[in-house]
Amino acid sequence: MALDRRLVVRFDWTIFWIVLALAGIGLLSVMSASYRGPHKPIDPLVVRQLIWIAAGLVAMLVVMLFDYRALATYAYPFYVIAVALLIAVEVIGHSTGGSRRWINLGFFHLEPSELAKLAVVLVMVRYFREEPPKGGWSLRQMIIPAVLLGVPVALVLKQPDLGTALILILITVTLVFVSGLNSRTMIALAVAALCVMPLGWHYMKPYQRQRLVSFVNPQADPLGSGYHIIQSEIAIGSGGPWGKGFLKGTQARLNFLPEQSTDFIFAVFAEEFGLAGSLLLIGLYTILIARGAWIARHTRDRFGALLAIGLVAIVFWQVAINIGMATGLLPVVGITLPLVSYGGSSVIAMMIAMGLLISINIRRYFF
Amino acid sequence: MAKFHAKRQNRPVPKLEPRIAILTAAIITVLGLVSVRLYYLQVMQHHQMSELADRNRIRLHRVPAPRGLVFDLRHRPLVDTQPTFDAEIVPEDSPNLSETIERLEGYLGGDDHVADKIAAADEEGRPPYEPVLVAERLDWPKVVALEAHQLELPGVSLEITPGRHYLYGRLAAHLLGYVGEVSREDLIKQTAYHMGDEIGKFGLERGWEPFLRGQPGGQEVEVDAVGRRLRVLREMPDTPGESVVLTIDLDLQQTAEQALQGKNGALVALDPNNGDILAMVSYPAFDPDVFGAGVKSADWRALMSNADHPLQNRVIQGTYPPGSTFKVLDSIAGLQEGTLNEDTVYTCGGGIWFGGREYHCWRKHGHGSIALHNAIVRSCDVYFYNVGQHLGVDRLAHWGNLFGFGNKTGVDLDNEKAGVMPSSAWKQKRYHERWYAAETLSVAIGQGYVAVTPLQLAQFAAMIANGGIRYRPQFVKEVEGLDGGVARSYPPIVEQRVDIGPENLAFVRNAMADVVNGAGGTAHKAQLPGITVCAKTGTAQVVGNKGSLVAGEDEDKMPEKYRDHAWLIAFAPKEHPQIAIACLVEHGGHGGAASAPIVHAVMQRFFELHPPAPPTPELTEDDETPRPAIAHVLEDDPTDAVEER
Repeated sequence: MALDRRLVVRFDWTIFWIVLALAGIGLLSVMSASYRGPHKPIDPLVVRQLIWIAAGLVAMLVVMLFDYRALATYAYPFYVIAVALLIAVEVIGHSTGGSRRWINLGFFHLEPSELAKLAVVLVMVRYFREEPPKGGWSLRQMIIPAVLLGVPVALVLKQPDLGTALILILITVTLVFVSGLNSRTMIALAVAALCVMPLGWHYMKPYQRQRLVSFVNPQADPLGSGYHIIQSEIAIGSGGPWGKGFLKGTQARLNFLPEQSTDFIFAVFAEEFGLAGSLLLIGLYTILIARGAWIARHTRDRFGALLAIGLVAIVFWQVAINIGMATGLLPVVGITLPLVSYGGSSVIAMMIAMGLLISINIRRYFF
Repeated sequence: MAKFHAKRQNRPVPKLEPRIAILTAAIITVLGLVSVRLYYLQVMQHHQMSELADRNRIRLHRVPAPRGLVFDLRHRPLVDTQPTFDAEIVPEDSPNLSETIERLEGYLGGDDHVADKIAAADEEGRPPYEPVLVAERLDWPKVVALEAHQLELPGVSLEITPGRHYLYGRLAAHLLGYVGEVSREDLIKQTAYHMGDEIGKFGLERGWEPFLRGQPGGQEVEVDAVGRRLRVLREMPDTPGESVVLTIDLDLQQTAEQALQGKNGALVALDPNNGDILAMVSYPAFDPDVFGAGVKSADWRALMSNADHPLQNRVIQGTYPPGSTFKVLDSIAGLQEGTLNEDTVYTCGGGIWFGGREYHCWRKHGHGSIALHNAIVRSCDVYFYNVGQHLGVDRLAHWGNLFGFGNKTGVDLDNEKAGVMPSSAWKQKRYHERWYAAETLSVAIGQGYVAVTPLQLAQFAAMIANGGIRYRPQFVKEVEGLDGGVARSYPPIVEQRVDIGPENLAFVRNAMADVVNGAGGTAHKAQLPGITVCAKTGTAQVVGNKGSLVAGEDEDKMPEKYRDHAWLIAFAPKEHPQIAIACLVEHGGHGGAASAPIVHAVMQRFFELHPPAPPTPELTEDDETPRPAIAHVLEDDPTDAVEER
């Protein structure tokens, strides 16, 4: 009974409204991206996205009811399941555009790499919830997290899904940083990262190298990613300060990208809603992230605080990389814009993350 | 911060505090940077970008890669690609679309309904500025006309696409298959394809699509306000497809096709030493060029409604009763199971009574007392009724399965049929009825429920030739990489090794040699000078006269559609076989009469190309001593294929 009252009182309306607003923006943008003209029926994509949002909201509310601390117990099993699903993708996966990313469940194409993000956050938080020794974690204590990170990264790279691999690495780095490293470890890790880079270059697929090269030198760019970036920039820039208006974007009509309802959804939105819309969107994300950081700072237990940071890290890195890519600041990697891009797995996974954040906020006083 | 109070405060994680602060600052900085970039694009660059968007004249233009070629065994091209001209229109680029359409239809000769095609493409969800294909494979005058009147046809462009061309028309059509425009179902499954792309639809073209296709390239093209191309901004070269080298020998294939000319039927020749398909003919055939760029519905209808089913590959999809060719299986099964030996004699008086009805021999007057050798040579039905009775259907089925009957051979072509090798279990499952002993009689002479494909029978002949190794039939020798090297090779695949006693094998081979060369043999027309050909004829009954299985003596007077199909299986040379053939002529009449000359022609050509090597190095070419009929035993290493193919 007491719990019920606190659920209501402590319910985090800020996060809730922002999630709704972002989902709404996403729905409009997906509609725009798949718009065919005034006399054409609405694309089934839009209807499906609406279903995902509804399902995601339900998932968010359910997750919110549970005590997040129970997750500490389930972190490793959940991680194992996520990795198993990633392996399953290799075996029974459904491939699209040359990469195997989905498991076809009939009514739903599950994308295990979305779950993997949550699983990696959980398992890292579980590992780092102990207080580090004086001065911070040593290099030896980094071996287990490195393995825990390495397995899913290798698996998503195999799909190939460079974007998710990058996100997994970045959220881990963020968590490691926040949980405290000693300075020697930090330097050692930085050196190691520098050594791995040429190796990474060696293992990259030719098109991925091409993207990097073309990013450094757009003129060396072949067809494809360079063209995408140019078209994306044109879409965003031509939106101007106030945008062309809903469904009035011309660039989106051009279908310059196969991923305009997922990876390049921002360009579609920015063209129609202009700088005002873009800044509003970034503002919403900023408030969400700030709120998450605030929850982290005001949580009494280390596990909850780190979990909040991990969830915030997922949102932040995806937003930064996705918009950075659409605006030509970063090379093209396929990463979705949280809650805005089309996709059942990514919407629902993100909503679950937000439910966890709310759950932490509700219970930050219970001890 | 007072340590004492720290625990009482809301912030129990002071150790995380400073680092969370650093992180938050970093996040704000990054998002700030992104916002600055957005300001730059959406405010400072707004005008340039708007202009670019208004005149968005950069088009992506995909260029399909030239498809890989197909060569025969000796690297002679069978299929290549030639440029063809198609007309496309981008409706969005035409200020006055209806006028443009009208003019365009005028130049095209009016049988292409441009407006309908645009409507249909829009119906299918064509994105704006995506060109619509309005006319394919234009002849030269039309190409010239469109080129000359380009100015009055805004939005219309000529596309040069590499079109598939089958150099020998219908030759090996069922094997090579054909290509066509990618269908919507394909597009859902294969995201690497775009509307209008070419994709292999049938046969080799379909099976080896991933190799043959290559990687499409593209161009970034700048066009002007009416959609005319101004210049190519960037170009991404395509990667041509890899070529496929077949095991088919063009000479042999041509000979086989000529020999079957004017008949319906099938012929397949295998290399018994590795399972390579040397020739494969199914008649009637179709012209694969017809499909090249979207089959015209009239052509399609003609092919579909043709009573002779030209699209059916009879070699793997036609199932027929094997007729007397099955007697070879009876013999091997009987000899191996011990229900029969070389000296077993039965008396044939032209038929036997069994279960209250008479089962005829094809020779009304009978064969008299006859032993196994002559029973095979003269194809005595009564003898094998007896053999079948002693074996029983299940033992026969067991041996039939060993030789591959009733199962797909596994050849890499679509829609292969398994045929039927009946057994008591099979009948129970299929008809929920027990097996009657009388039914075994029909099975023993290859009638009744038994059904085989020509490829299965060729495989059977090859197994007798090579001593019982069942290879999976293959028709691709290798895939050739772009550098000319071998990108992928296909070593022989052994599906099964059947243990047959060498003396039994030798006995059956001798009998089969006498089918061609001995007195009373049924396939004299298959004789070759200087080479011992082994064969067995067979008749697949089309309409069994009710009550008796007698074949009409005066078949020539019968309407053709009631005539039986003529089978012949053969291999040669007897001592060290290099080729095994199965040939079926539909409605060819009784026995090997119709098939033997066809097989003869193919064999003759084969041995012109591959003069038989002496069986042992000691024997010289002009050595006249008769060669002993020894069982040909292969090394255990299946990759030890014949060098000189």
